[in-house]
Amino acid sequence: MNLVLVEHEAGIIAGASLEALSFARGLGAPVHGVAFGEGGASALEAAGAHGAVAGTHVTIDGGYAAAAWAQAIADLAAAAAPAAVVAAGTDRGNELLAHLGAKASAPFVANCIAAEQGADGWSLTRQRWGGSLLEDAIVRRPLVLLSVALHAVTPEPAPAAAEFEVDEVAPVVAPEDLSARATRVETAAAGARSLGGAPLVVGGGRGVGSAEGFATLDVFAAALDGVVGVSRAVTSAGWRPHAQQIGQTGERIGADLYIACGISGASQHMVGCRGAKKLLAINTDPDAPILARADYAVIGDLHQVVPAILAELQRRRG
Amino acid sequence: MNVLVCVKRVPATGSRITLTEDELHIDTKHLGFTVSPHEECAVEESVRLVEALGGTSVVLTLGPEAAVEQLQDALAIGIERAILLESDADGWDAAATANAIVEAVREEEMAGATFDLLLFGNEAADSGEYQVGVRVAHALGLPCVTGVKAIEVLGEALTARREAVGGSEVFEVPLPAVVTVKEGINLPRFASVPGRIKAKKKEVARRQPAPPAPLVETIRLRVPPEQRSEVQVLGHGPEAAPAVVDVLERLGMVAR
Repeated sequence: MNLVLVEHEAGIIAGASLEALSFARGLGAPVHGVAFGEGGASALEAAGAHGAVAGTHVTIDGGYAAAAWAQAIADLAAAAAPAAVVAAGTDRGNELLAHLGAKASAPFVANCIAAEQGADGWSLTRQRWGGSLLEDAIVRRPLVLLSVALHAVTPEPAPAAAEFEVDEVAPVVAPEDLSARATRVETAAAGARSLGGAPLVVGGGRGVGSAEGFATLDVFAAALDGVVGVSRAVTSAGWRPHAQQIGQTGERIGADLYIACGISGASQHMVGCRGAKKLLAINTDPDAPILARADYAVIGDLHQVVPAILAELQRRRG
Repeated sequence: MNVLVCVKRVPATGSRITLTEDELHIDTKHLGFTVSPHEECAVEESVRLVEALGGTSVVLTLGPEAAVEQLQDALAIGIERAILLESDADGWDAAATANAIVEAVREEEMAGATFDLLLFGNEAADSGEYQVGVRVAHALGLPCVTGVKAIEVLGEALTARREAVGGSEVFEVPLPAVVTVKEGINLPRFASVPGRIKAKKKEVARRQPAPPAPLVETIRLRVPPEQRSEVQVLGHGPEAAPAVVDVLERLGMVAR
């Protein structure tokens, strides 16, 4: 059997964990879900509809502590001897598997897109450079820890097991595993728009030219009820805060439409907008790399094109 | 406040990556080198902490002699000395790298240099393994917070804040500790010309780590099939506006 970390928010299973469950099912062995905290049991029920045959709900009182959670998974792994422990390639999934790897002296292979267990060990394909490059690797160990690259697998429901049972465990936690724990969780201000979840994103790059130059894009985004995102050149210049950065070291967007203005399209940026369904590029350079990935393009200076689009929108709205 | 910050030399890739013939490395003939943006911020944070609280800062890397370039970038903005764990070999997976760093930290301690804080980038730009800092923390028995966007030190404790689903998480950990940071924690300064000159005079200690015993063996690298799209050019300059709005309407982005 293989263990899969089931992440959830107040009992609602995370989409990324559904991807991890589908990936784990493809490995062949029966899948056993592990969920933590309040709502974990209902998240495991949802995992049961995505191929988990059983689940363990772990309760550890107090704030999140990665080492304590990892120890709980290590205890389960010691008892059940899985060939693989799988998690989604989220911040939390990668963090927990890193702690588990350290505790169990086991290999942790992050952001996998394929895995197969053979006589010689595990053959794995993983993402490097945020997915701009792939690595084929082999692991010759009895236990491998895998995180699954986000959006690499389409979640597939599976017939639920006839008797889906959830074990409840409340482990005794060693004090050293609590030396780093979240003492406070602060929720974002109501109405704050997240870049990752926005259906329309207006992106600005070096071509915007200055902090003041973003006024046009702010108006454009507001007119389309969208959110402004930026390239790394913009945050490095201090024109915009890092929270608005799209890319390998910023946010990953999944917008229905991404309008990239004055962005050339370095691979580190494209990693962040690969999830967008449609891409419109506005760029002065007809040879800019972003055009090779765009669905629509306007060749021209965004400072002329965007005001013209705003005027046309205004005209049609009467 | 004595800080050790760890960085990794990586090629500065542009919009396309090409591989060497053996498919084991990136072809860097026409590329410069840098460190991950997260690590640039870790270096800046080290300098700021020591500026504010006193103490010393040390930068460490594992790599070839050429990685002295990245050490000097850190020395040029105010890190005081550098350690190069010399190795040209392949096979430095995350676990092997962490072992070499742990060994170096222990050697530093034996030589009388102790660290209150070990800073890392959250993940390296190239391999993106998300675990070197965590493995070092466990081996040294230190608390570890990853993905940190703000650090505050008060006496013997450190407060770290990071983004979480729907808000942020705050950790208070006793020192010494390991923290991995993300870009955005600060805006790194640029090296000044005097800073660059001073950097050349700062100490770079060289050590030879034991050969790596990797848990993960790289077989080959591959460039994924390009997601090329058929681009429809809507026009040139402001005259393209009506065609753009047509597309916005078709995609349901504006109320008709």
